[in-house]
Amino acid sequence: MCLALPALVTELLPDDMARIELGGVRQQVSLALVSDVVPGDYVIVHVGYALTRLDPDEAAKTLALFEEMGQLA
Amino acid sequence: MKYVDEFRDGGVAKGLARAVAAEADPARAYHLMEFCGGHTHAISRYGLEDLLPANIRMVHGPGCPVCVLPVGRIDAAIWLARRPEVTLCTYGDLMRVPGSKSMSLIKAKAEGCDVRMVHSTLDALKLAQARPDRQVVFFAIGFETTTPPTAVALKQARALGLANFSVFCNHVLTPSAIAHILDSPEVRLLGTVKLDGFIGPAHVSTVIGSAPYEYFAEEYAKPVVIAGFEPLDVMQAILMLVRQVNQGRHQVENEFSRAVTRDGNAKAKALVAEVFELRKAFEWRGLGLVPYSGLRIKQPFAAWDAERRWPVPDDSVADHKACECGAILRGVKKPVDCKLFGTVCTPENPMGSCMVSAEGACAAHWTYGRFRDAGTQSLTLPSPGAGSAPLLPGYPP
Amino acid sequence: MTLPRRAHPRPLDIRHGRVDLSHGGGGRAMAQLVDELFVAAFDNEALNQRNDQAAFDVAGGRMVMTTDGYVIHPLFFPGGDIGSLAVHGTVNDVAMAGAVPLSLSAGFIIEEGFPLADLKRIVDSMAQASKEAGVPVVTGDTKVVERGKGDGVFITTAGIGMVPPGVSISGDRARPGDAILVSGTMGDHGVAVMSRREGLEFETDLLSDSAALHGLVAAMVAVAPGIRVLRDPTRGGLAATLNEIAVQSATGMVIRESAVPVKDAVRGACELLGLDPLYVANEGKLICICAEPDADAVLAAMRAHPLGRDAARIGHCGADDHHFVRMETAMGGMRVVDWLAGEQLPRIC
Repeated sequence: MCLALPALVTELLPDDMARIELGGVRQQVSLALVSDVVPGDYVIVHVGYALTRLDPDEAAKTLALFEEMGQLA
Repeated sequence: MKYVDEFRDGGVAKGLARAVAAEADPARAYHLMEFCGGHTHAISRYGLEDLLPANIRMVHGPGCPVCVLPVGRIDAAIWLARRPEVTLCTYGDLMRVPGSKSMSLIKAKAEGCDVRMVHSTLDALKLAQARPDRQVVFFAIGFETTTPPTAVALKQARALGLANFSVFCNHVLTPSAIAHILDSPEVRLLGTVKLDGFIGPAHVSTVIGSAPYEYFAEEYAKPVVIAGFEPLDVMQAILMLVRQVNQGRHQVENEFSRAVTRDGNAKAKALVAEVFELRKAFEWRGLGLVPYSGLRIKQPFAAWDAERRWPVPDDSVADHKACECGAILRGVKKPVDCKLFGTVCTPENPMGSCMVSAEGACAAHWTYGRFRDAGTQSLTLPSPGAGSAPLLPGYPP
Repeated sequence: MTLPRRAHPRPLDIRHGRVDLSHGGGGRAMAQLVDELFVAAFDNEALNQRNDQAAFDVAGGRMVMTTDGYVIHPLFFPGGDIGSLAVHGTVNDVAMAGAVPLSLSAGFIIEEGFPLADLKRIVDSMAQASKEAGVPVVTGDTKVVERGKGDGVFITTAGIGMVPPGVSISGDRARPGDAILVSGTMGDHGVAVMSRREGLEFETDLLSDSAALHGLVAAMVAVAPGIRVLRDPTRGGLAATLNEIAVQSATGMVIRESAVPVKDAVRGACELLGLDPLYVANEGKLICICAEPDADAVLAAMRAHPLGRDAARIGHCGADDHHFVRMETAMGGMRVVDWLAGEQLPRIC
């Protein structure tokens, strides 16, 4: 519901923080709500916290599903 | 922006729109509620209703924590802000919400109160550490997406022994709100409000998982499709709901599989359980008292609870008599059915919850959709002169 | 004839000095501040005369006059500062009437305790912007207010210019069928400024687009003297400005979302902050509304100019009793682009 965006983790920082990047803009977010996040992962960011890791395989499957749905119609 | 732009592809959207139109049964109507304010916003902002056949009607639900925050709680926040020792930190969404006597936090700031807009609890904590002379109060609102960050902040405050930090807690719960709607007389008994299915919240579900919705799908026999926030996610979810309705199924399906699992975020849920507990009942603006729908801070963190640090007033303040927000939030009425809509009640002067936040049904309709009310008048253009560039494609002549 | 510079017993201590109440008192301290900081930087014939006003001859015709106040915070931001912004903004207000800017005035209201080093930095930046634009600051004023009664420094300006014959540009001249053009990417300035504002912690290399647009305007008017409307979308962004014009001209508008140029970094920052780029301020861009037959030529003229490389056609005007500004979204749906109640506030949900 709340505004949250998928962003790329570029660097891990001390105190359970990380640097993320979205469209060329960088921000520091907290990793207190997630585990085992490494640079290269995409995370969903909300009010300065990473909420969950984004699953690239599921993302690809979902996009493929959209295309397939559209073409069948 | 990766994982964003691909989910906003206009060409794919048209394909999905064709698929929805092909599967929607012209002999019946579909009433689908998007519970979440973010989905209301996405639908309005992208004009998605233009892509749907006329027999699919989107009903806007009460999933906007700003909209449903009762007047009394805004008054309480202003009461806190007026204390000379207090620095009240709030998300931007709350600054203009009107409480009693048209007071708001932005007006309190103009009065001289120390009200600061923050983007994160992290900012509020930093402020408390930098200014030991101030009492920093964080005005916490939001559904299950926003609650874990507040839990982390309270744990950090305790770990740091930060005596000048506290939280004014107004966190609310999604399943309770959904149950309240489904149990309302119009839906359950009278059938005057038809609800054929739900689009489930995106980011709330990353935290709580898809499992909690299984109860609703079962008990009320309504399909739930959890959808991401991007327009393609919403279109796909509508397609999946139409399919379920056509096939007489009522299951929980997860369109937002790239971020939502059945169990959700165990770490975040554990943190929330450690810090918060259920209130017996919490008032929702427009809906009245909803049992077990709100959270309060647990005893071990009592020292950081603003409601225990100060005698914060807890009055129940009614909305304007003619305000139809309650009915609109339950899908019983539409914004244009309310006498106050567009006359007294506008985004500049909101009277009730539906106009208060950009996602509220009335605000969304005013901002994005009201030209439809203006009649079927389309924008007429003179015919182009010789040698001029073509008009927007598909534009009515 | 310019008078010789007055010598002061000791030069201003730029490195460590601060503005104090004596600098606003009208006495020797103020004269020194004006001489060593303002006059030295702006350095033009009128100002060097050290009168309380500037006198000059003007050709007959239609004059344009504008005034502006600059209260921006932070004072220094990526791509500019309050000084350069003051020059660009005032020159642009004159240029939006199609007028050739002639000269500027600048009044400074400085807070007691403001560092002289910062003041010099602002004044020098302002002087450079003025020289690059070819529009001199010919007269000024200095006041000092007590500590706590001002936000560092406020600058108020006035600007004058002359409208070339045959040019009549005004917000009420848009007509159904006219083309709507923008000179480049939207939202750069607002995002650059926000990236420095306290509490909004994000990093980007984005610079403010603050620039003087009179050269661009001259190039456009040269190919199409019948241009109807020019306006720079400052506070409130593209959306507010289009709505203003729609009401003034009593016309409706339709724009296409995919045609509005926005930099990736601005999109990203707006997503992170919960803002809409259509409502974010610009300080070096303009909106142009012209008759449809002129649109291609105007667009070409813009793109040939360094400040208009990303110019784009974004929509059309049309008859509409309600004067709505509507937008065809990237999804193909339609929505209203309304103007906001107040300043856009970042949202979390």
